[in-house]
Amino acid sequence: MNIHEYQAKEILQSYSIPVPRGRVALTSDQVERAAKELGGHCVVKAQIYAGGRGKAGGVKVVHHPEQAQELGKELFGKRLVTPQTGPEGLKVRRILVEEAVDIAREFYLSITLDRATSRYCLIASAEGGVEIEEVARRSPEKINMFNIDPATGLRPYQARKLALKLGLTGSICEDCVQLMLNLYRLCLEKDCFLVEINPLVVTRAGWLLAMDAKISFDDNAIFRHHEYPDMMDYSQLDTLEINAGKYDLSYIKLQGSIGCMVNGAGLAMATLDVLKEFGGEPANFLDVGGGATREKVAEAFKIILEDNDAKGVFVNIFGGIMRCDVIAQGIIEAAAEMNCTLPIVVRMDGSQVEEGKRLLAESGLNVQTADNLGDGASKIVAMLGS
Amino acid sequence: MSILLSSESRVVVQGITGRSGLFHTQQCRDYGTNIVAGVTPGKGGIHIEGIPVFNTVEEAVRYTKADVSMIFVPPPGAADAILEACDAGLELAVCITEGIPVRDMVLARQVQEKSKTLLVGPNCPGVITPGQCKVGIMPGYIHKPGRIGVVSRSGTLTYEAVKQLSDVGLGQSTCVGIGGDPIIGMNFIDVLKRFNEDPNTDGVFMIGEIGGGAEEEAAYWIKKHMKKPVAAFIAGVTAPPGKRMGHAGAIITGGKGKAEDKIRTLTECGVAVSPSPTKMGTTMQELLKGGAPA
Repeated sequence: MNIHEYQAKEILQSYSIPVPRGRVALTSDQVERAAKELGGHCVVKAQIYAGGRGKAGGVKVVHHPEQAQELGKELFGKRLVTPQTGPEGLKVRRILVEEAVDIAREFYLSITLDRATSRYCLIASAEGGVEIEEVARRSPEKINMFNIDPATGLRPYQARKLALKLGLTGSICEDCVQLMLNLYRLCLEKDCFLVEINPLVVTRAGWLLAMDAKISFDDNAIFRHHEYPDMMDYSQLDTLEINAGKYDLSYIKLQGSIGCMVNGAGLAMATLDVLKEFGGEPANFLDVGGGATREKVAEAFKIILEDNDAKGVFVNIFGGIMRCDVIAQGIIEAAAEMNCTLPIVVRMDGSQVEEGKRLLAESGLNVQTADNLGDGASKIVAMLGS
Repeated sequence: MSILLSSESRVVVQGITGRSGLFHTQQCRDYGTNIVAGVTPGKGGIHIEGIPVFNTVEEAVRYTKADVSMIFVPPPGAADAILEACDAGLELAVCITEGIPVRDMVLARQVQEKSKTLLVGPNCPGVITPGQCKVGIMPGYIHKPGRIGVVSRSGTLTYEAVKQLSDVGLGQSTCVGIGGDPIIGMNFIDVLKRFNEDPNTDGVFMIGEIGGGAEEEAAYWIKKHMKKPVAAFIAGVTAPPGKRMGHAGAIITGGKGKAEDKIRTLTECGVAVSPSPTKMGTTMQELLKGGAPA
């Protein structure tokens, strides 16, 4: 689960990590007022759930409150497209206005999970800023990575070694050590998948400041952080994706005409691959996951049908933890409720498959069953083509 | 025997009294798995389906000599269940649970790595040695005893692959679903090593998907060490570029993770990559015949 930069900065602040003075604005008038309060010379930053905003025109320095207001008018409601948003971009609904800072040096600092070592990894580089991925590709030696031993946690001496590698000395170096320790504590206590400060800067006045921040929470840990769902900005998600989220389904809207319901992410991806191979275009990616109840399957089916682009539905379920009779009941229930007349192809395999097929055959729906993946894909493509 | 499991394996089910725990315990026992005990804290002393239930894994091991655990404990307690299995000295823990917080797994993995207990999963379909022992949630009937090892990061896509293998007459020695979580126990290479040494395995089918760099690492290992033919499928060739946050992930993986990169690396390392999810079985078959990869 992602949160906005301004929310991430509030959390950083609560862990004694300094951030620039700033105000969140929901209208261009609020942008103007915030700019006035901050002295006029400030940075206007569009809040979306992705990075790369600067190059897309989402971050600009202004010199007068009126200029800030103009920029606010331009940005609110605009869809920003960056390398991290996908082609459709993300809509700007909130703007962060911050004091402008005189920067002496910029760094990159983050903690995320390193899958290869199963540990949290502290990443620091003296070359911070927007080109950090390029730096990592071209000169990996400039990126310092340190895997944190979960038994000892991050130790001050380890953080110091990294801070020294960044070229920091004296009291600033010790400030940075403290900042890294706080960042690790934050990462654990808040169950983060990612905490990233880019750039972390040393100001001309000689202070450390987190100029930009991204935090991603671990979705699996939301059960112990009841405040997280309230921090979500649903305007950053597709409506159908939000509905899917409520039922713990993983749904991604795509551009084609064949609605897909599959159990398991790998099989769901393979199903999209095979539909394309047979000349069809999927309308969505939908993984109903393991252990789905009949209600969950019914909701999944409704979400597919609510998408007007879907002209037919391909259900590909390989049972295992899921029972095919449960899937069939869910489909029948949802189709009845939505008065669905679209062609449906159901490919089911796995536990209780005969019972599932029998229920479908007796349901009176416009449904065909398929014996295997290729058979199912070719049937739904043929039904839509005619 | 094949790898990890045999008809001799004695299985304890952690979380046996939960709904899916009990359902799959019955399924596994019907398949022939020797389920000797269950563990549910607070329910020690009862029998469920004739299986004795204990409060702790240690007790279960003491009274029933269990050596393999199948874990169905819900996410808040699942990492603890893994630690308990390691502490009780089991040979293998197979964790089915989906949705364990990363922070919990970082700790559990740290301890498990130093213990004698092997971990498969979490968030995986489990392990099966067809005809002998099933520890997991996969449908038993699609499997056939045979000589192909299967290793997969995916759940249900593994069933698809196994069914296709069985349909073309290729039975399996052991099938291992290593799980799709960011932190897992055994990885591709850990399993490939065992198949490489296993006299009952003639070839391996590997199933990967987009994201991370595990398939690439496996490819390099195969090129260097694997003595047996390996075929593979990578899901997600047509997946749209996802939304993402920040740079850290890309820095760690060095920009790896795309399906075409994985397929290219695997092919360069001598693995026969199936061009379509409908051709997984036939790709393996062609490879064993010594023909050109499909």
